[in-house]
Amino acid sequence: MRRTIVSAVTGITLALAGLSFASAGTLEDVKAKGFVQCGVNPSLIGFGVPDEKGVWSGLDVDFCRAVASAIFGDPTKVKYTPLNAKERFTALQSGEIDLLSRNTTWTMSRDTSLGLMFVGVTYYDGQGFMVRKSLGVSSALELSGAKVCAQTGTTTELNLADYFRSHNMPYEVVAFEKNEEVLQAYEAGRCDAYTTDASGLYAERLKLTNPDDHMILPEIISKEPLGPAVRQGDDKWFNVVKWTLFALLDAEELGITKANVDEKKTSDNPEIKRLLGTEGDFGTGVGLTNDWAYNIIKQVGNYGEIFDANVGPSTKLGIARGLNNLWSKGGIQYAPPIR
Amino acid sequence: MASGPSGGTSSPRGVLAVINNPTFRGVIVQLVFVAVLAWFVWDVIDNTARNLQRANIAAGYGFLNRTAGFGIVQTLIDYAETSSYGRAVLVGLLNTLLVAGLGIVVATALGFLVGIARLSRNWLIAKIATAYVEIIRNIPLLLQLFFWYFAVLRAVPGMREKWTFLGVFHLNIAGLHVPRLAFGDGSIFILAAIPVAIAISVFVAHWGKGRLDRTGRKPPVGWISAALIVGLPILVFFIAGRPITFDVPVFNETGPILRRGFQSGTGMTIIPEFVGLVLALSIYTAAYIAEVVRAGIEAVSHGQSEAAASLGLKPGQTLRFVVIPQALRVIIPPLTNQYLNLTKNSSLAVAVAYPDLVSVGGTVLNQTGQAVEMVSIWMLFYLGLSLLTSMVMNYWNRRVALVER
Ligand SMILES: N[C@@H](CCC(=O)N[C@@H](CS)C(=O)NCC(=O)O)C(=O)O
Repeated sequence: MRRTIVSAVTGITLALAGLSFASAGTLEDVKAKGFVQCGVNPSLIGFGVPDEKGVWSGLDVDFCRAVASAIFGDPTKVKYTPLNAKERFTALQSGEIDLLSRNTTWTMSRDTSLGLMFVGVTYYDGQGFMVRKSLGVSSALELSGAKVCAQTGTTTELNLADYFRSHNMPYEVVAFEKNEEVLQAYEAGRCDAYTTDASGLYAERLKLTNPDDHMILPEIISKEPLGPAVRQGDDKWFNVVKWTLFALLDAEELGITKANVDEKKTSDNPEIKRLLGTEGDFGTGVGLTNDWAYNIIKQVGNYGEIFDANVGPSTKLGIARGLNNLWSKGGIQYAPPIR
Repeated sequence: MASGPSGGTSSPRGVLAVINNPTFRGVIVQLVFVAVLAWFVWDVIDNTARNLQRANIAAGYGFLNRTAGFGIVQTLIDYAETSSYGRAVLVGLLNTLLVAGLGIVVATALGFLVGIARLSRNWLIAKIATAYVEIIRNIPLLLQLFFWYFAVLRAVPGMREKWTFLGVFHLNIAGLHVPRLAFGDGSIFILAAIPVAIAISVFVAHWGKGRLDRTGRKPPVGWISAALIVGLPILVFFIAGRPITFDVPVFNETGPILRRGFQSGTGMTIIPEFVGLVLALSIYTAAYIAEVVRAGIEAVSHGQSEAAASLGLKPGQTLRFVVIPQALRVIIPPLTNQYLNLTKNSSLAVAVAYPDLVSVGGTVLNQTGQAVEMVSIWMLFYLGLSLLTSMVMNYWNRRVALVER
């Protein structure tokens, strides 16, 4: 009896001591379990949302699929964890997810004191306002004294305060935990304005009963570089995720698409050869196979294709490439070369 | 003693006797238990701190002094975006106390009413009360919260319109707008008059009791006290030159649309988030309190009422002097549980944007990422509040408990 107690106590203590950081190698873990656990937004049209059959889609979701393709050559080897704004960082810190791809703004405090690391920018965004057309305002600068609905646990709350303070305008913020309630309260008329990332405004406007009664004001009041994040201190996994993003951008720059990737495999262009793994040993360098980038493009396409399919002009959201165009086409999306 | 096989009292036997002593063993076992527990707690804390450091997550309570930077819709104390995180947490804490306090009062009143109604001899009243209890108890609180909040929002006029009651109360989607008391110089005398009036009332009550014992007649103590407590401050109000004024909410009907409606900074606004939360919490908890009250009353044997009736007490008097005092003994302990539940359930506030401790703390947690620290503040506060509630209720319980000889 006594011995059992003693061993139980020692066992618990050892377990607690052993709870220290799950393991050093996320890539090995992912390979061993056979899928990537990806934290995504469950309700943001164009970025992360499941359909009625449970099939996920969106720009952030496609990024998860690209990572799975790079590792397994199979975009279905992803398990999704739906996360709200408040839960997302804890989920990553605690090791519940391997990768956070949920319209998350890269900021200094998040990058340095939360124990996580952003790998790059998948979407350059900024915060805006939506109002009822009947309010008769055409600029955010006319919003003095407005009541504004927002979601807690986001950069949105802080930008809002900064903007109104720096323009010396009084305001009142009504902050909800879940986006559904923010939108419902705004629709019920509790607030004059609804604020979030511009991409989110376009997506959420579609959910209103009469989207045409509402307009998005032209001002963008903040920089919201949205990107995927991983845990700090695991450089190998960080590299895999980071270079997945770069491969997507480089592929677009080199004109490689889902449709022509097989044909491009025989190309003489050395840059294409290095990307597709027919020359050099770049894949094994990050702990993958040399056809890692080929698999990404074959399975999910290049960055431009992902953008167009989820949020681009031909979709319901109809967002122009703008800042998210390649650097060579007037935007600021730029990836280091593979060499 | 002399029957021991080895006769003499050697020291090993003495030691054995001590070891076999149940008191001694009990003490040792408890000491060991406390030591293991302390070591366990220390190990958890130490391990957490080390893991946080290894994962590059900031730790410590220093963040409470940093600037919060976010706005809060209802603040009982001065607060601005430039205030500290610590102050923001305090604002949330007071908001929790307010909603829990008011919720408890409303839930108790409603619960007693429904509980007594369930036992009513009037069939309709009894059935309505039963239906209330059964429906409310069986719908999750969060759904009820959304129902009340959005029902309130959808039922009232928009921000640029209003409903007015009694000339001074205005209701619209931004909340209930009422006049606010503005305290000028000399108000302090009026506030001071209240405790003075209460002190005199206590004295009067004492005198009244003595009179009752001596003459058997009861002087109108209640009326005298009421007149004192209301009258004295009013008297002082006029003597001091009416220092308290009403700050009425200002409503603009013209101008740019955004400028129409109630102007912030005028009057007092009770926000719909608060109304929705208090409604949901008290209506929900009242259903449980009603059951507690019913059980308490039913626990008083019927013979008691019959005895009271044969002594000539009227039904109202029977309830007041015979049934309720005995029922309270059964009611108070489970009532305490309901109060604690209401307080803890108030943390659902964040779902409807009421800035309570969990909501504001959650924002702080997110901006700073210091989960362990923030969660510890939450736990300490709720634990403290629950213990305090229990203490007060236990005190009351001891006062009404049957004193056995
Ligand atoms: N980019 C901002 C805001 C991200 C955010 O949470 N946006 C909201 C509004 S578009 C959202 O995605 N809500 C959906 C949900 O929580 O279900 C951040 O990283 O803090």
